[in-house]
This record gives sequence, C-alpha cells and structure tokens, in this order.
Amino acid sequence: MPPPDTTHGDTPAKNATHGDAGAFAQHWRQLCRNPLGLFGLALVVLIVLSAVFADFIVPFDATQVMAGPRLAPPSWDHLMGTDQLGRDVFSRVIMGGQVALLVALSSLAAALSAGLILGLIAGFGPQWLDNGLLLLLDSIRAFPVIIFALAVITLLGPSLATVILVVVITTIPVYARVVRTQTQALSNNEYILAERAMGAGTGRILGVHILPNVIGPLLILASMDVPLIIALEAGLSFLGMGVRPPTPSWGTLLNDGYNYIHNSPWPVIAGGVPIILTTLGFTFLGEALRDIFDPKLRRDL
Amino acid sequence: MTQASATQPIEAPAGAVLLEVRGLSLDFGSSRGRVRALRDVSVSVPRGRIVGVVGESGCGKSTLAFAIIRLLAENAMITAGEVRLEGRDLLTLTPRQMRDIRGRRVSMIFQDPMTSLNRVLSVGQHMIDIQYRDKISQADKRRRAAEALTRVGIADAESRLRDFPHQFSGGMRQRICIAMALLVEPALLLADEPTTALDATMEVQIVGLLKALQGELGCSILFVSHHLGTVAELCDDVVVMYAGEVVERGSVRDIFKRPGHPYTQALLECDPGRIHEKTRHLPTIPGSLPDLVEVPQGCIFKDRCPHAFERCQRERPPHYPVAEGHTASCHLLDETRGNHS
Amino acid sequence: MWFYLARRLLLAVAIVMLAVTLLFVMIHAVPGDPAAVILGPRATPEQIAQIHEKMGLDDPLPLQIVNFFVDVTRGDMGTDVFTQRPVSQIVLGQMPYTITLILSAITWATLVGIPLGCYSAIRRNSLIDKFVGVISVSAIAIPSFVMAIYALLIFAVWLGWLPAIGAGGDGFWDTLSHLILPAFAVGVGWVGYIARIVRASMLEVLGETHIRMARAFGLPERRIVFRYALTLAILPTVTVLGVGMAHLLSAAVFAEVVFARPGLGALIVHAVDTRNYPIVMGTVLVTTALFVISTTVADLINAALDPRVREGL
Repeated sequence: MPPPDTTHGDTPAKNATHGDAGAFAQHWRQLCRNPLGLFGLALVVLIVLSAVFADFIVPFDATQVMAGPRLAPPSWDHLMGTDQLGRDVFSRVIMGGQVALLVALSSLAAALSAGLILGLIAGFGPQWLDNGLLLLLDSIRAFPVIIFALAVITLLGPSLATVILVVVITTIPVYARVVRTQTQALSNNEYILAERAMGAGTGRILGVHILPNVIGPLLILASMDVPLIIALEAGLSFLGMGVRPPTPSWGTLLNDGYNYIHNSPWPVIAGGVPIILTTLGFTFLGEALRDIFDPKLRRDL
Repeated sequence: MTQASATQPIEAPAGAVLLEVRGLSLDFGSSRGRVRALRDVSVSVPRGRIVGVVGESGCGKSTLAFAIIRLLAENAMITAGEVRLEGRDLLTLTPRQMRDIRGRRVSMIFQDPMTSLNRVLSVGQHMIDIQYRDKISQADKRRRAAEALTRVGIADAESRLRDFPHQFSGGMRQRICIAMALLVEPALLLADEPTTALDATMEVQIVGLLKALQGELGCSILFVSHHLGTVAELCDDVVVMYAGEVVERGSVRDIFKRPGHPYTQALLECDPGRIHEKTRHLPTIPGSLPDLVEVPQGCIFKDRCPHAFERCQRERPPHYPVAEGHTASCHLLDETRGNHS
Repeated sequence: MWFYLARRLLLAVAIVMLAVTLLFVMIHAVPGDPAAVILGPRATPEQIAQIHEKMGLDDPLPLQIVNFFVDVTRGDMGTDVFTQRPVSQIVLGQMPYTITLILSAITWATLVGIPLGCYSAIRRNSLIDKFVGVISVSAIAIPSFVMAIYALLIFAVWLGWLPAIGAGGDGFWDTLSHLILPAFAVGVGWVGYIARIVRASMLEVLGETHIRMARAFGLPERRIVFRYALTLAILPTVTVLGVGMAHLLSAAVFAEVVFARPGLGALIVHAVDTRNYPIVMGTVLVTTALFVISTTVADLINAALDPRVREGL
C-alpha cells in the first residue's frame, strides 16, 4: 500500500542531501521529539540486533526436529512452545527474522540500483524511450503484486530467490518513476541548463547535480518499503510459495501453525507478532524520517 | 464627492461611526517567537464612506481586515484593543454571535477570485446558500441571486446561475463575489485587495462597479490595497500602514496633496501612476521591513527614513495632526510645529 | 467526453495486453519446456506433445500471443489441463465471490474511514486526532493476512462468534456471517488509509479561500464541512480506491486462503500449487483487467464529480 501523505508532519522541509554533523544532530533532536518515531527506531534496532546475533540467541537448532513434545504450549524450555514437528518456535522466530531482513535488504539494493538506472534513462533520454519505459513500468504496476508473484512462482518454482526477484520487479517501477520525475524537474532547472549551455557533459550533470538530489528521496521511499517487502515475503511463505522448508520464516511459521490453529494457537501467535512488530517498527521509523527530511515526498509523483 | 465631504473630519460624531477599531494588537505564533503583526492599530470607518488601507505587502493590512471579521489563522492571537461595529465589540462576541454578524452586518471579498468560489458548486448554489437565513422560497432566493448578478453586470444571469466557477473569467468571478457580498446587504464590506489579481482594465471596471454599488446601497467599505492609484480613485479616506502600525490617516485629498509621513511620501513617489514620463527609473524605498519578532525601539520607519534623527531612535512617535482630520506619526511634524510656535 | 472515454479504454486495453504479453515473454525466457513444467516430472512425451499441440506451444511466440488475444476476444481463455473445462467458465464462476468480498471491504472501510478522517481534520491535534493517526498507521502497516489469521483465531476459534471457513450460501444471514471476518481483514488497512487521505485533503481544502469566503458569510460550520469541504476532500479517495484495487485483490487472495473461501485468489493459489498453467493465465488476465477497469472507472467518477473536468472533456 502506498504510504499516505503528510498528515502528522509539521516539520519544515529540509534538504536530505546535506549530511554534516550539525545537520545530523539537528535531525536526531527532531527524531527525539517524535515518540512514535523513537518507538519505531527501538523496534528496528531490536529486530536488527536479534537477526545479526541470531546464532548466539537461539537456544536450539531452528531446523532440528526434536524428540520432545509436539505443539507444546510455552514453557521455560521452549519460550514460545514447539511446533508440529517438535521444533522450538522461539528459535524459529529468531532465525525467521534473519530471512526477512535478508530478503528485504538484498531485494531493495537490487531494485534501487535498477530503478535508479531506468529512471535516469527515462528522465534524461529521448522522448520515445521515456514513453516506452513508462508504458512498460505502468503495465508491470497493472498486476496486483500477489497475482504477479504467483504467476512468476508458477514459472520459476517457489524459492527464496523467486521471492527476491518478484520484489525487485514489482518495486522497480516505483523507484524508476520517482527518479524520472525528479530528473526531469531538475534538468529543466536554470542552473543545469546554464551548465549544459557551457558545455558540461551528461555524465557531469548526472553525477554532480541529479544523483545527489535523487538519492535522498529514494532512500526514504526505500525505507518505507521495508515493511511491505517483509509482509510480501511472509505472505508468500504463508501460502507455501516463498521460503522452502525447513528454512524458518515467519510466514512458514504461520502456515504450519494455521493447520493446528484450533488446538494450539501458539505457533500462529508467535509467527504473527514479529511480523506486526517489524512492520510497525519500520513504518513508524520511516514516517518519522520522512517527516524530518522531506514532508512533501509522495509516492504518486 | 463634494468639497465639503472631502474635508469632513475623520473623527466623525459618534452616531456616524460604523466601525471603530481601537488600539488593536495582534501576534502570530511562529517557530522564531511571536510576530507582532499589528501594534496599536486604530481605524474608524464612518457610515456610508469608503476607507482605503494602503501599505506594502506584509504591513498587516489584510490581517486587519481578517481580524475585524475574525477569520484569522489559528496561530493568530489578539492581545489588545477592540473592534466596535455599530457599538458592539466584535472581539467579545461568542463564535455563534460572530457568525450571526458575518454575512449579515459584514461581508467580505477576497484577493483571488479564482479560488474564492468552490469548484464543485454552481454559482447559483453559492448565492442561494448565503441566503440561508432568509425565510423566503427557493425560487425567490434564485430570483434575488439573478438580480444581484444582473446588477454587477453579468448578462443572462438566470441561466448563468447554473454555471460553475471555472466557466467564468477572473474578472467575472470577482463580479460574482461582489454580487454575493452585496446580496446580503451588509453595513460594512471588507474588500481585501479585490483587484490585485486582475489586469488593469478589469481593475478599473471593478473599482467603478464597487463605487456605483456603494452609492446605490449606502454601505461602508474598508478597501485594502497596495495600489495608491486605486485608493485615490475609489476611497474617501485613507489609512497608511507600515510594518503593523498606522503611520498616517486622513482624507484622500489631504494625504495625496500633503503627505505628512516620510513613508507616505515615499509610497507616492513609488506609485507608477504618478511617475512622470521624464523620470527614467522607478523609485523604490531603500531598505526592508523591520523584524517584527524583536520590534525595534523608537520609530518603526527610522531605518528606511531619509529624515531620521536622534529622537526617532528612542521615542515612538505619536500621531500629530497635519490638518484637520489628518494625522501622521512622525516626529518631524512635532519639530516643525515646535519651531513655528 | 466520448473521445476521453475512448482514449482511457484504449489505454486500459493496451496495458492489459502488454501485461499479458510480458507474461508470455517470461514463460519463454524461463529455461525448460513449459509443457514439462505444467505436467511435472512424471510427464510422458506423448502428454507433452499433446499439451504442445493444444496450447500451440510450437508456434512462434508472437503468433501465440496474437492467438491468445484473438481467443480471448471470443471469450475463450483456453481449457483447464485437468478438468478439461473452459478456463473462462471456471474463472468467471469464482469472480463474484472475490468481487463481493472486495466491495464489502471497500464499503465498510469507506463508511468508517471518511468520518474518522473528517473528524480528525476538524479536531486537528486533539487527543482523538492523534489516536486515530497512530491507529491508522498501524492498520496500514500490519499485513492483511496476519490480520486475517488473528481475526480467525480470536473471533472464530476462541470466541466462536462467527464461522471460520467457507462462503456460506445458506440464505442471506449465513452468507453475511461468512463475509464479516474476511471483509474485516481486507478492509481494516483501508480504514486507516482512507482516514489519513481524507484528513490530509480535508485540511488542505479547509485552508482554501472559498472556505474562508463561506465563513465570511456566516454559513453554519456543519454546512461548510459537509457541503463545501467534504465534497472536495473525498475526491482523492475515489482515485486511491481505483488504484488500490490491486492491493485489495492481493488482500483478497490471502483472505480467501485463510478463511477457505472460494474466489479468484483461492483459485489462483490452487492453480499455482498444481501448476495448472491455463488457469493461472486466465486469472492473471481477469485480475489485471479488473484492476485496469477499476482505475479507469475511478478516473471517470472523478471526472463526473469535478465540474472542471466534466466540462473540459
């Protein structure tokens, strides 16, 4: 779902590209005045730390089928109970965070670079290329994401790589459009026209003027996409079409637990709560960052 | 206007005063602190007269108009003064009582006719809506709306009531706004730069229309403008504002003939309408508006005043009489008078 | 007007065709034989040849695409590999369930979201406004399928108030009671989303000059809010709902799976599971068309509501 617009941000627009220490301190103070943003930051830090140090945190091997009780309620041995194969749910939740963040980061990195390149081509290139790319991007957006994902999965088979591919393809159009709009707006700026008239090459104009101005909004958009991507990965895994067992994922936890929901709700609760906390954390943080850096930023540029 | 009325004193007898703004001070809250947008502003509008308020943009003239009808931005705070309309202090009224005054005793026309009408409502819907208090039939309201449109010079009014704002030009829309403002037969019409967004020919037409309708209906008008020529054309009296203060007031005739305040003098020199063909460059007033968060001591105009002297630095000048019913807040007037006596 | 309508429809058709073409190209970009993929590892060469023959897989790619579209215009979307029934019949048979679900979700989300956003805008920065703000963001952020599972757990499993699975069909109340939880799960994010959009556009409209003008005539605040401001402020909602059809369809897929409801989502998930390629293709075509149509309809509604656009066409 696209991020809603400026509703709770009364902070004045700041240029996101200036990154000196004074500006950082000021932004930090602005964030500190936003309790929801701080709460989001705390959640994000917690999730990232638990993913990074997952191997030290987990009490059991997340994929090891154990002889102990199956579908057991929480106990001191198994903080979140056990699943239908007797695996420790807590360990699976922690390891699932690793998978979620891995998918989010790798696909964002790929989508950002591809979107940047396509957007620059559309914004800077000839008109026919711009029109063609726009039509292509629009038709990718015409697929409902899940339907598109399912279609791709039919072709490629379910796997972690397929999920990443789907995320990359479906998020590229958004980034490319933002970059294109910004590029076109900027390249009609007087100072850029002047520099062109003075003989500056396309490369210099791109590197010096366009890129620094485009990257800021792009990164904020990307940060707000993290919860969407995590939700998509979890959703596909829930449908049994994302991460393959026995790799733990919050979505597969839900999928496994769903079948036993009448007798043992623990795996379902344990799989859903981290998804909720992660999406909320990244959303609150992303909104706060957007309010600080660029309250006017909208996705539907 | 006859000679007699032009020289009539501003401080008219109590019965003849319609609107009396006295000592009005207003702040805007901002991230830098309180902006003292209006300071001790006094203006009086006699019945049946047109009073112009002039000054550069940012001098507080529009804020004054919005303060009178109490349609200020949320961050505005009135800190002192009173606004008496027909004897009642509008600032003490409850929001409900104030709503009863709006659209009945006071109405207003705005600067930009392109945005002052709602784009999804037809002109007729606008004009019928504002008659919501009248206990007459829908058809009668429609007929009155059409009459009002005809009066402001819109042809084929009956059918044009069905049209939407975007189907009219800017000048036509301002005519519609005037028709609406006068339809409710107010005692006071506030006009906030109604001609600024229009081109010169339109401006002349709108000013002529306002003058004619005012003569017909006999209401008073507070006409806010930054254009001295327009004010001279339309108004009986003028209030000159600078940086949130009234620096000079008097009849149009007096002020144009014998401006008492250096700021008014500078404004008259800047007015392109008065520039003679021989001057090649457009005169401007050097310097910029003072900071209204930390209002400086002394005369508010001293930094840009060519005649400023030591007394202006420390002492805020009161209003000194220039002629009968004509005052200006400049120490020079006191000094020259002192020399004469 | 007609020219505009024709252009919009043409663009809509173009986008659907391009989307399906993309899918065709992707199928061919994938290494391996689509027929083998469809039939799975146990396929015999005869079966594969049969599929090739039936789906025209031996034709050159452009011809396949053209054939597909020609067939579609005749209402023929191919035949289900397993049941031998026409795909169009299967897909169109499931469509009403999904559309009912989506429309119910939109309806309740709009009915709750617009007043919430409107109230927040009027009481800006009040405690309720801030509360609605936080709840809205949370409702938007939480994925709808988690919402669906938790709704199922709480209201169907624990409290037992509402049926857990199926679409009902035994009379109006039965159908309705089966619809409540899925429609809740699909719509709850939209309540937040619509509330935020209405709040933002309401604040924008309330700051416009014509509102000050209406106030200058002493119009009652209620009339200003509902007649002068809200009529303008809900215009963006229509657009957003049109574009949001894609998200609604995605949410419907999950709701149908979680609550074991029939519908396009359940159909495509099952088809993907069984690699029933013609069904996948048919569902993709229909959902994409639904999305494009709803965007177009939203644009047209907007045009009808805004006299400037209406006259300008």
